[in-house]
Amino acid sequence: MSQKGFVKPGYSRSLDLKNGCIEMAHGSGGRAMAQLIQQLFVTAFDNEFLRQMNDQACFPSFSGRMVMSTDSHVVTPLFFPGGDIGSLAVHGTINDIAMAGAKPCYLAAGFILEEGFPLSDLKRIVDSMAQAARTAQVPIITGDTKVVERGSGDGVFITTTGVGMVPEGIHISAENARPGDKILVSGTLGDHGVAVMAQRENLSFETSIESDTAALHGLVAHMIAATPNIRVLRDPTRGGIAAALNEIAQQSSVGMMIYESNLPIQEQVQAACEFLGLDPLYIANEGKLIAICAAPDADNLLRAMRAHPLGKNAAIIGEIIEDSYRFVQMQTCFGGARVVDWLSGEQLPRIC
Amino acid sequence: MKYIDEFRAGDLAQQISAKIACETNPRRHYHFMEFCGGHTHAISRFGIADLLPANVRMIHGPGCPVCVLPIGRVQNAIQLAQTPDVILCSYGDMLRIPASNGMSLLKAKAHGADIRMVYSSTDALKIAQENPHRQVVFFAIGFETTTPPTAVAIQQAKTLDLKNFSVFCNHVLTPSAISHILQSPEVREFGLVPLDGFIGPAHVSVVIGSQPYEYFAEEFQKPVVIAGFEPLDVMQAILMLIRQINTGRAEVENEFTRTVLPAGNIKAQALVADVFELRRTFEWRGLGWVPYSALKIKSHYADFDAEQRFVISALSIADNKACECGAILRGVKRPQDCKIFGTVCTPENPVGSCMVSAEGTCAAHYRYGRFRERNNVAIKEN
Repeated sequence: MSQKGFVKPGYSRSLDLKNGCIEMAHGSGGRAMAQLIQQLFVTAFDNEFLRQMNDQACFPSFSGRMVMSTDSHVVTPLFFPGGDIGSLAVHGTINDIAMAGAKPCYLAAGFILEEGFPLSDLKRIVDSMAQAARTAQVPIITGDTKVVERGSGDGVFITTTGVGMVPEGIHISAENARPGDKILVSGTLGDHGVAVMAQRENLSFETSIESDTAALHGLVAHMIAATPNIRVLRDPTRGGIAAALNEIAQQSSVGMMIYESNLPIQEQVQAACEFLGLDPLYIANEGKLIAICAAPDADNLLRAMRAHPLGKNAAIIGEIIEDSYRFVQMQTCFGGARVVDWLSGEQLPRIC
Repeated sequence: MKYIDEFRAGDLAQQISAKIACETNPRRHYHFMEFCGGHTHAISRFGIADLLPANVRMIHGPGCPVCVLPIGRVQNAIQLAQTPDVILCSYGDMLRIPASNGMSLLKAKAHGADIRMVYSSTDALKIAQENPHRQVVFFAIGFETTTPPTAVAIQQAKTLDLKNFSVFCNHVLTPSAISHILQSPEVREFGLVPLDGFIGPAHVSVVIGSQPYEYFAEEFQKPVVIAGFEPLDVMQAILMLIRQINTGRAEVENEFTRTVLPAGNIKAQALVADVFELRRTFEWRGLGWVPYSALKIKSHYADFDAEQRFVISALSIADNKACECGAILRGVKRPQDCKIFGTVCTPENPVGSCMVSAEGTCAAHYRYGRFRERNNVAIKEN
């Protein structure tokens, strides 16, 4: 027997994921916050650790060495061809862990949400994170949300932290490069930065370039299986390959010579850079890595990289040389030599 | 990208390099000034020095628009930006130029001034339309290349009857700067700057044409070769200059025929003539006061002239004493001759304007070429 106006006992109105937006109450610690966490985050990220619903996640420890890394993501625009801030936040931290040769195990995610941010956009981001974590097989096991007043944020900022374990016998560090070693990259450079820039309001140009955002731990595992004594791995994100190479040169107290003609750069990326007066060497990547190994291992490592889908455009781009000034130099296509310097100032606003 | 690659082909570069080596007279030196920062950048970025014989030397000229603007005008722009309710729109390169007291537009922005980086004058116009209750000032700088777009923005502002848009005009003229260098005592009397010829501007010449250079070639007996900004353009122009000198000619030749016409872009020139007129004199960093070397907004567009709308006082602020930007802009010194190059003055903390823009001589040398002076301990990292 039904009654007009009858409401089921225990019914509570669910989040309006279509038209709703973030309110200050979603960060106040009350019922609204609990509902947001339960209906959006826990539902999307669902795993046994998160289901414990404690302020911390409890997980078994491993033997051997572990690595930990954290990364904050503040990209504009939030959605771009090939990805969004959610997938970027998962891939960024996984990659930082993978660059130690480690297997990423767990992630934590912190969200700073701006009052008024559409819940539909937040759901898109959270679903994308969940998808990225699931594909990478690295669960998000704990998290936090805070809400800031309208005007105090830029929609959403996401910080992810991850832990991983380093397999026995692997010692990969940016201080290990030695003169004579070869420098490899896993694929085309500058795709992410150009894809994001193309979406900027004041800079919009048409291109089919997509962000390369991807989790690289699978590629790394594949590389280590082929060449366990890789010396250095680094993902050239902000500041591009130029910054990453200079960091390694500093840490290892060596110089480098790279060859412009060997750099894999898509024509469209090159064209966009020419047009905007940018140098692809300084443009961010989110799914590429630099590897350095002893010269006799280089061909073997290159073969292994090219056999993996994320390394099919891999190339040997140069070598480590002795140089107390630690210059990264480049032999240009044109036949001259020049320095590949650190990025000075800011090439463009936030892109990762 | 095929189009660009053709102008950067390594094998062709080697061929021209071999011709240059073969045709230079080993008993003499060749000193050429590339006026434009765009050429300076190409020379450094592609390592062109490695492809030239030791007796061919390139002297970097003053053609970097942000480098030649005197500190006083940058200070004026900062003051404008700090005026309540003003939005200052500027090209990105200007933002980091140091003014007095360690201030720059970028630092003024961090302190709360509303400064917007724009890619074109029309972006500034759009910002004015979107912010009808704010005064929007476009900080207009540059040589003949950026002048026509500023003229268009002013004409459009008049058509739209915009009451909140004005231009702080700092447009300067290439031919007057070249004359000034050629007439300077450093070149004429003291021989401090041996100058055998010029690589003429690329984009500037698209607007003004090749005719304005005839005067230098004739009056000063210096060959001029107008060249594009691609490295092969530069190499070819150097070869053409060497050939002129070897045969005793001093002519204007055009290597950049794919875009530069003798009379230039008549439409653009008409636009500029409608909106601007010559200033009696204008201060340049490095060159000092140069007569008839800059433009101001004509009286019938005075409503859009920031110098009419706001109180902008003439400021004459001296460069930092240790900074050699002035001498470097005149071609008297090289970046590595400056005591603070690479130590106190770096792209992160520029003391002089030449260290800021990618087209600045010091920035280009720091970014691309400083490994050549390895023995200079000042350039060692850390």
